[in-house]
Amino acid sequence: MNSSVITFPGSNCDRDMDVALKKFGFKNKMVWHNDIELPRSDLVVLPGGFSYGDYLRCGSMASKSKIMKSVINFAKSGGKVLGICNGFQILVESGLLPGVLLRNKYLEFICKNIFVKINDMNNPYFKNIKKNTLKLHIAHNEGNYFCSNDQIKEIDDNDQIALFYSDEVGNINNISNPNGSMKNIAGVFNKEKNILGMMPHPERMIDPALSGEDGSIFFENLINNLK
Amino acid sequence: MKVSVIITLKKDVLDPQGKVIHQTLDGMGFDGIDEIRQGKYFEIDIKEIDKKKAETEVEEMCKKLLANLVIENYKIIGSQ
Repeated sequence: MNSSVITFPGSNCDRDMDVALKKFGFKNKMVWHNDIELPRSDLVVLPGGFSYGDYLRCGSMASKSKIMKSVINFAKSGGKVLGICNGFQILVESGLLPGVLLRNKYLEFICKNIFVKINDMNNPYFKNIKKNTLKLHIAHNEGNYFCSNDQIKEIDDNDQIALFYSDEVGNINNISNPNGSMKNIAGVFNKEKNILGMMPHPERMIDPALSGEDGSIFFENLINNLK
Repeated sequence: MKVSVIITLKKDVLDPQGKVIHQTLDGMGFDGIDEIRQGKYFEIDIKEIDKKKAETEVEEMCKKLLANLVIENYKIIGSQ
């Protein structure tokens, strides 16, 4: 399985993602934002960070960078694209995913472990996954998912909500909502479910010595699904 | 030609920064405020000298980059 991680100026989770993908068997290539062509890939990852210093709106500048034209074409022809954190913000700014990520409700940068409940397993990212809830890490200032009432109904009807912030056993409530996200949304798909954007960082949970291994479950399952 | 644009959050979008600014002004004694909404202001110096054409071009910029129409509105407030 070939993967590509795009590095924008200001990306800072790109190398962690590279380590994670390689650990679970991907042949990964790093791709610079100014490149025009994508290497042949089964998966393209937009990593976390602060692309272009978060100027204007998070992800807005990166969504217009040269490589994004190829990423958008790849995604629109059914290619798997995964955006983590700032990568999720880039995906909504490029119009590949619905909605937008606003400043966190209580105006604070949040950096902590959280739980997410997997909402939909009928997709290449979570099909066959062994757990219903995952313990992952979030670190963001703008993760407060928002979209119009019409849009929220549409993504709900199409099962496009990928992940909800929840407690350890999967209860979705106000207490488990770290940032004010509409309906506790932590990740969404496009309609065809080949594109996933999520705020939590699975690449930070691939080593028991660091923090946990629920990210390993995610990557192991993902590469098996793509094979 | 210089075109001025303001970008504001749509009505139903939460503006926590505006809320905090409101509370702070309240605490300073400005207690007659109903609501504060924070926005952005751009001055775009553009080569085009025809006002209508310049504004059309800036409108395109707003739609494509300066504003995110899911949550924001834009308004050209002057060109000279």
